[in-house]
Amino acid sequence: MKIIQRYMKNINLIIGLLVIVGFLIVMIVSFFYTPHDVNSMNIPEKLRSPSSDYLFGTDEFGRDIFSRIMKGTQTAFAVGLLTVFIGTIFGILIGSIAGYVGGWIDEIFMRMMDALMAFPGIILALMLVAVFGPGIVNTAIALGIIAIPAIARITRSGFVQHRDTEYVLAAKLIGVKPYSIMFRHILPNISSQIIVAATVTFATAMLAEAALSYLGLGVQPPNPSWGRMLKDSQAYLVGAPWYTYAPGGAITVLVLGLYLLSNALRDFMDPRSKT
Amino acid sequence: MTKKEILLEINHLKAYFPVKRKSMKEEKKVIKAVDDISLEIFRGETLGIVGESGSGKSTFGRTILKLVEPTEGEILYKGQPIQQLKGSKLQTYRNQMQMIFQDPFASLNPRMRIGTIIEEPMKLQLTLTKEQRKARVKELLQKVGLPEDAMQKFPHEFSGGQRQRIGIARALAIHPEFIIADEPVSALDVSVQSQVLNLMMDVQDEFRLTYLFISHDLSVVKHISDRVAVLYLGRVVEIGVKNDLYANPLHPYTKALLSAIPEINFDKPKQEIALQGELPSPMNPPVGCVFHTRCPYVMERCRQERPVLQEKNKQQRVACFLYDK
Repeated sequence: MKIIQRYMKNINLIIGLLVIVGFLIVMIVSFFYTPHDVNSMNIPEKLRSPSSDYLFGTDEFGRDIFSRIMKGTQTAFAVGLLTVFIGTIFGILIGSIAGYVGGWIDEIFMRMMDALMAFPGIILALMLVAVFGPGIVNTAIALGIIAIPAIARITRSGFVQHRDTEYVLAAKLIGVKPYSIMFRHILPNISSQIIVAATVTFATAMLAEAALSYLGLGVQPPNPSWGRMLKDSQAYLVGAPWYTYAPGGAITVLVLGLYLLSNALRDFMDPRSKT
Repeated sequence: MTKKEILLEINHLKAYFPVKRKSMKEEKKVIKAVDDISLEIFRGETLGIVGESGSGKSTFGRTILKLVEPTEGEILYKGQPIQQLKGSKLQTYRNQMQMIFQDPFASLNPRMRIGTIIEEPMKLQLTLTKEQRKARVKELLQKVGLPEDAMQKFPHEFSGGQRQRIGIARALAIHPEFIIADEPVSALDVSVQSQVLNLMMDVQDEFRLTYLFISHDLSVVKHISDRVAVLYLGRVVEIGVKNDLYANPLHPYTKALLSAIPEINFDKPKQEIALQGELPSPMNPPVGCVFHTRCPYVMERCRQERPVLQEKNKQQRVACFLYDK
């Protein structure tokens, strides 16, 4: 019960979790069921306003927007998760080696990260997608590469902070192998920072995916993507504003939920607060 | 008394650290943390090392464990030189030694359970089954006066004194012969200090340990040590058997240090020797005797030459020209 009480105190955590869980449920449901077929066109029904049949109305091809939003969560989560996966794995690897080993290895790794960071993220993603071709996986890889420096920096600063502490010294004395010191002793101590950073990365990845799809380089039609829907709705902004509200709102709410969650996690993850 | 066995012999040990230059024009500078220390540690004794902060006492301890690479000099453990040791041989050497750390809040990994912390050295260095290890963890916890269920807890659930006990249990885990205690009680309350010190003395008797006890607190050192070495700017200025040294300090620095110990004694108001100035930078130590800038008995010779340790009374050696005949 104590744990529940502690959760309840944190309003950010509740809202954030509710939003994320809500979208997760929608995503899972969308695998089995959507009110209408996602891709079948029905021209006579085009650009209908929201009704009981079409909850969010229909688009310019008469497709149900609500169903497409549902299906779009799959894209959003797929891109977000894959991006976070790539970003954290390589970020942790680079950051921990740079921070623990130090010296010129640190210098080389971090200057590489600086170089990567110096590029505006979306431009770099555009370039990578242009080279390797659009699609969910390529988009996620491009966004994942962009996410590496932030994670690497956080990991590195954590390792620099911990590598000379007495508990690490004690571990060295009893002959713990370097990789074990890095990943078994130090990494758990900075995992909270990394998780927070990863949540933020998740949110930014979703935004970036929407932006790329908006530019026509992300997920390719007819796969529904919120960013792409936003782009397509542009032409009907005056006549059919609901067409814009639906994907725009979905992006806003999900990203907001993720940010709230990351904020709450930051306060929550410290083990010393569990007294 | 029979002749004591020398466990560790240190000859002319130096540990210098290069200082980063701000520009290429600046001359190369080094911090002389440990500057020509020679001493020996007998089996079963406690050698106290006292000195101000910055006198190089921690670095000295770490150099013995090869956590800091010595710049010069030799360290002989049971007569074997250890400078060249690497890899598994270095580990075998280190296994005979352990360290107790200063900060009980930093020396235990906050994300590991106490059981894991104490078990880890055995896992790596001893061949015991899981059950044997667990039994030994329990035994060690009991020895340092902690309940068995401490195994399941995390470090932040303990007080400073309890954490230091855990640190001692970890140090004892792989049956070391020699323990370097780097200010083990300076982060603790005075009331807890004596408990931890007594625990250290108890386990010393039980396991026939040798201690190198580093501290800035003269009363603590007096309590636990057999012999005491006084460090100043990376050099030993005086070394001797505890009682001789405390009763009859020879070096002006030792005299000043000892006069600063607060004492309750109304009959005999004691003479406090106030030292002028601060500890000079180890980057740029004074020429001649390192202490001459603050010494009340400074002579012309002190500014020119560096005094060496010489036997004054039995087993008491001092580096000062006042005793030069």
